[in-house]
Amino acid sequence: MDLTLDRLSVVTDGKKLLHDLSLNVQDGRCVGLVGPNGSGKSTALKCIYRALRPSSGTVRIGEEELSHLSMRRSAQMVAALAQDGEVELDFTVEEVVALGRTPHIRGNQVLSARERELCERAMEQLDISHLARRGVLTLSGGERQRVLVARAFVQEPQILVLDEPTNHLDVRHQVELLSLLRSTGLTTLVVLHDLNLAAAACDQLGVLSDGCLVANGAPEKVLTPELVHDVFGVRTTVVSHPLTGDPQLLYSLTPTPPSPDGSDTSCPSPGH
Amino acid sequence: MRPSASPAPPVSSDCRIPDGKANQAPGARGSESSASRMRLTTTCFVLLALLLVSVVVAIGLGTAVVTPGDTAWYLWAALTGGKIGASEATTYQIVWEIRTPRVLLAALVGAGLSTVGVAVQAMVRNALADPYVLGVSSGASVGAVGVTVTGGLAVLGVYAVSAGAFLGALAASAMVYAAAASRAGMSPLRLILTGVAMALGFQAVMSVIIYLVPNSEATSTVLYWTMGSFGAVTWAALPAVAAAVLLGLVVLRRYGRALDVMALGDETAASLGVDPDRHRKQLLVLISLVTGAMVAVSGAISFVGLVMPHLVRMVVGSTHARVLAVSPLVGAVFMVWTDLVARTLVAPRELPLGVITALVGVPVFVTLMRRKAYMFGGR
Repeated sequence: MDLTLDRLSVVTDGKKLLHDLSLNVQDGRCVGLVGPNGSGKSTALKCIYRALRPSSGTVRIGEEELSHLSMRRSAQMVAALAQDGEVELDFTVEEVVALGRTPHIRGNQVLSARERELCERAMEQLDISHLARRGVLTLSGGERQRVLVARAFVQEPQILVLDEPTNHLDVRHQVELLSLLRSTGLTTLVVLHDLNLAAAACDQLGVLSDGCLVANGAPEKVLTPELVHDVFGVRTTVVSHPLTGDPQLLYSLTPTPPSPDGSDTSCPSPGH
Repeated sequence: MRPSASPAPPVSSDCRIPDGKANQAPGARGSESSASRMRLTTTCFVLLALLLVSVVVAIGLGTAVVTPGDTAWYLWAALTGGKIGASEATTYQIVWEIRTPRVLLAALVGAGLSTVGVAVQAMVRNALADPYVLGVSSGASVGAVGVTVTGGLAVLGVYAVSAGAFLGALAASAMVYAAAASRAGMSPLRLILTGVAMALGFQAVMSVIIYLVPNSEATSTVLYWTMGSFGAVTWAALPAVAAAVLLGLVVLRRYGRALDVMALGDETAASLGVDPDRHRKQLLVLISLVTGAMVAVSGAISFVGLVMPHLVRMVVGSTHARVLAVSPLVGAVFMVWTDLVARTLVAPRELPLGVITALVGVPVFVTLMRRKAYMFGGR
C-alpha cells in the first residue's frame, strides 16, 4: 500500500518545523529519511502515526486520507517505533510485545492462540525470545529497541514507520534489523542517522534540512559529496561498495559549517 | 534475529483467522497464560475471603468486644429481619448502627483509593502519583468545606457536600493538568511538582476557610479534612460513596489495556490507536468523581493510593487488567485494619487515619524503593 505525504507542514510556536513536505513511498518499498538533528524527520513521522496533527497538508495510505480514519483504524494499518521517553512500569517483554495487538482487539479481550503465536514468532525474529519474562526496565537500550520493533511487527501493519530503529543497537543487530526490515516486504519509512546503512538498506532516500526536503531519489543519486557538505557540513569522499555497489561515505574529520544561504521562508526544489 | 526466515508480519490485512481454527495450535505459552489466569482468580478469592473475615472481626472489635460468631449472627439478623432478645439490643445497636457502616465505608474507601492510585500512576506515567499527591484530594476538601460553610448547592440536599467535593476535585485536576502541560506535551516530573505545590495551596485555602468560620471546632475539623476519619459515618452516607466507588471500579477495569498503552508514553499510545489526551480527560473526570465521593465522607487520606498499587504490582505484575482486579481487594483489607487501629489504639480517642497510613506507608514505600528486583521510575 502506498504511503503519500502531500505538502505536509507543521508549525509550533510560530516555528515552522516542517515545510511543504511531499514524499511518496511506493508499496513494498523502503524509503529512508536522513538529515541533521532538528531537521524535521521525527516531526514528519509523528504526523504519520497520529502523534501530531499537521498544520496543513495530508497523509494518505493508499487512497485513504489518514485524518478521515479513526486512530484505531489507522493503527491497524500503520505501526510505528516512536521516540518516547522512559517507561515507568516494569512490564515484561512478552507483555509489551503483546500490546502491539491493541488496535486489533476490543477492550481487555485476551489474545487468541494465533495472536500469541504471532508474538512468539516476532520475538524469535528479533532475537529476544530468551528475554520474554524479563522486565523491560532491566534490559539494555539495544534489547529494549528490539522489543519495540517486535511490538510493531505483531501489529501486522501494511506500513511501518520507524524513528531511528538502529539507535543503541550493536553493529550485528543493526545489520540484522535492517535486512529483516527489507525482508518483510512492508512499505517502510525509516529515519536513520547512519548514512552508509541508509544507503545500503533503502531503495530511496529523502534528505531533510531545516524542515525542507532538499533531495529525494536513489541513494547513489542523492548522496553526493556536495549535498552531504551542504546539509551536514562535513567533507566526504563517496566510494562505491565493492560488493553491492551502494554508495558509501568516507568522512574526513575537518568539519566545516554549512553555508547559511537557505532562508526560512521557502525550500529549494529537491534535486533528483 | 534471523533475517533469512520468512517475512515477519503477513502483509495482507485479512489475516484474522477465526479463533476456532487458531486454537488448534495452543503453544506452551497458552497453557501458561491460562495458569496465570487461574492464579489471579485464586488470589482474588483468597483476598475476598480475607476481606470478609476482616470485616466481621473489625465490626466485633472496639470498646465493647463482640465475638466474630455473635457479630455474624447480628449481621444475619439485621439482613434477614431475625429477632434479637431485649438484653442484646444495645450490642446489636453498636454492631449494626455504628460499626457496620463504618467498616463497610473503610472497605469501600480503601478499594477506591488504591484503584484510583493505579489509574493515576499509569495515566500520568509517574510512579509517585496518586490523587493525594496531585492535589485532587485537597481540591475535593476545599469543595466540601466550601459547601459546608456557605450552604451552597443546598438544592442537592444530603448530596451537596459530595457534589461540592466532586467539583473541587474536578477543578483541582483541571488546574494541575493545565499548569503542568506544555507545548512539548506533559512531563511527568512537572506534573508531580505542580501537584505537590497545588496540594499545599489547596490545604491552606481549606484551613483559612475553616478558621474564618466563627465558633467552629477549627483544629479538629482541619485535621479531619487533611488526615481523614470514618468517625462521622452513618448508613445514610453510604449509598452515594458506594455507587461512585463501584462505578469507578467497573469503568476503570474497562480501561485496563488503554492504561497499559498509556504507560508506554503518549506517542506510542497514539501509534497503537489510543488517543492519550482524550483518555486522560475521561479518566480525570472519573477519578475526580470517585475521589470527591470518598473525600466527602472520609476526608483526604494519604499514602494508600500511592503505596497499594506498588504492592499489588510486585505480586501480579504491571498489566492493568490484573492490577485493577487485585488492588481494590488489597486496599479494602488494608483500610479496614487501618481504621480498626485508628479507633482502638488510644481508645476512647481516635487517631486520624492519615497518621496510621503514613506510619505504615512510609517504611513500606522506602523498602520498596530500595528493592532491586522491583523497578520503577527508570532505574
